[in-house]
Amino acid sequence: MTDHGRLSVALAQIDPALGDRGRNLERHRQWVKQAAEAGASLLVFPELSLTGYFLKDLVPESAIQLESKEMRDLAALSTQLDVVLGAVIESPDHRYFNASLYFSRGELLHMHRKVYLPTYGMFDEQRYFAPGDRFRSFATPFGRAGILVCEDIWHLSSAYILSLEGVDMIICPSSSPGRGITTDERLGTAESYALVCRTYAQFLTTFFLYCNRVGFEDGANFWGGSMVIGPNGDIIAQHQDADEALVLATLDLADVRRERLANPLLRDERLELTINELRRVSHERTRKPF
Amino acid sequence: MSAPASLSEPVFPPLAINPELVRVILVGFIQNEVRKVGFERVVLGLSGGVDSSLVATLASQALGPKNVLGVIMPYRLSDPKSRRDALEVVKQLGIEPLEIDISPQVDAYFDRFPDADQKRRGNKMARERMTVLYDQSWAWRALVIGTSNKTELLLGYGTIYGDMASAINPIGDLYKTQVWQLADAVDVPTAIVQKAPSADLWAGQSDETELGFQYRMIDQLLYYLVERRYSVEELKRQGFDEAFITEIMRRVRENQYKRRLPVIAKLTSRTIDRDFRYPRDWGH
Repeated sequence: MTDHGRLSVALAQIDPALGDRGRNLERHRQWVKQAAEAGASLLVFPELSLTGYFLKDLVPESAIQLESKEMRDLAALSTQLDVVLGAVIESPDHRYFNASLYFSRGELLHMHRKVYLPTYGMFDEQRYFAPGDRFRSFATPFGRAGILVCEDIWHLSSAYILSLEGVDMIICPSSSPGRGITTDERLGTAESYALVCRTYAQFLTTFFLYCNRVGFEDGANFWGGSMVIGPNGDIIAQHQDADEALVLATLDLADVRRERLANPLLRDERLELTINELRRVSHERTRKPF
Repeated sequence: MSAPASLSEPVFPPLAINPELVRVILVGFIQNEVRKVGFERVVLGLSGGVDSSLVATLASQALGPKNVLGVIMPYRLSDPKSRRDALEVVKQLGIEPLEIDISPQVDAYFDRFPDADQKRRGNKMARERMTVLYDQSWAWRALVIGTSNKTELLLGYGTIYGDMASAINPIGDLYKTQVWQLADAVDVPTAIVQKAPSADLWAGQSDETELGFQYRMIDQLLYYLVERRYSVEELKRQGFDEAFITEIMRRVRENQYKRRLPVIAKLTSRTIDRDFRYPRDWGH
């Protein structure tokens, strides 16, 4: 647990089996056990950790409903430590969401449904999923948190909204396929994500937990690189390689306060101005076709 | 015909790669995609060229040399040097070799069609080799691993259901000039990396003579066309000759069929590959 404002977090950089929920649940149990033994109080799994990513027509049969035995099995993972995991959630009206679930003490504390579903290039999420419609922070035993799933972070407004809600940490579960080969030592996607995550942490003076998966699906590689970033933008811990790993870090939660004293960016943020300007832009957009 | 400048000339910067990064990904790809479907071994045709030599090297690193069967399948008109180069790769890597002379099975067929042109004969040879590989894959409990590179696949410079047939292909997203870089970095013999690329359907055949352009130039054009989606006008401003652009674009377009499943007449609500869409790695 937390010790004098310190939080031990763990990122489970895993390789889920595609479309095999039973096998993945069993593997979640093993990773939870391992993280608990390592002293972690919070364990984050990647996006769609329970099902794998490129599900296509497997989405409906991979889904679980909130009121179900499957959900109770997932909640039971969080008796010793808090757990964030990814699953397909079916709403009562049979829409399917790419969701990330935060469990604490055997209960579902928060669900974030991925808002920005990439549907371009190699991605086809809007064909299979319904988009979430909100960014909300929530209270955890370790401070305020918000969840953004993978593509959500490629839209500045998502992290900005969470920031104005006063989050201490942003949790980003991800299934990012690697691409972009140059003479660099890392893939283009790895470079981009590191830039974005560090920028958010520094701009929004918040901890940032990025958990990406590894493995291959239909030839696409997932590059791992899971990282824990402090509110000054420094990387506290990272696993650079694309193999399964438990990334451990200890956060001094008071760093958020210290960083916001040194850089009172959040204090100086002009929310009303932003809203007014966005309203004006929105209004002007409605008056012309392009 | 001058020797291709696979190693001697500077690489077009956007297509320069970090070979170690690519190697690690491709070795992981082979391990993952072979093992998760329940196999330990792969079989491939070894032509003595750079593509199959590279794939043999990657497969050997991924699965161990004794889990790689390199099948050398000369035709009686093939350049004898190709066989020697292939044997050199077998020796260097310590992979399992198998030699099958495909002349009898090819000639038996064309005895009935003595007027068949080079194209028919070449395609037939490629498909005979495919049947050998798929037979060996069953006999040896191994997946057929493909050796077509991205340049060939885009240009359609291969035989459908012949050399283009495979279960997995580690180099299908690497342009030929990138294959050269990676091959050199993983110690494919320099003589193989530097020799003129050839389908070796007859001695002295050359890819670049047949295609009419050098791979170095083709890859530069394909980079702008495919990766960057330049328009024809933009390509011309980039300095490419219009006839070159037109010919390469025609090849890419006209060979699209080779890169797809056969067209299925749609009748039901869920037609395979159109609205019946499952990942290949379903359940693995």
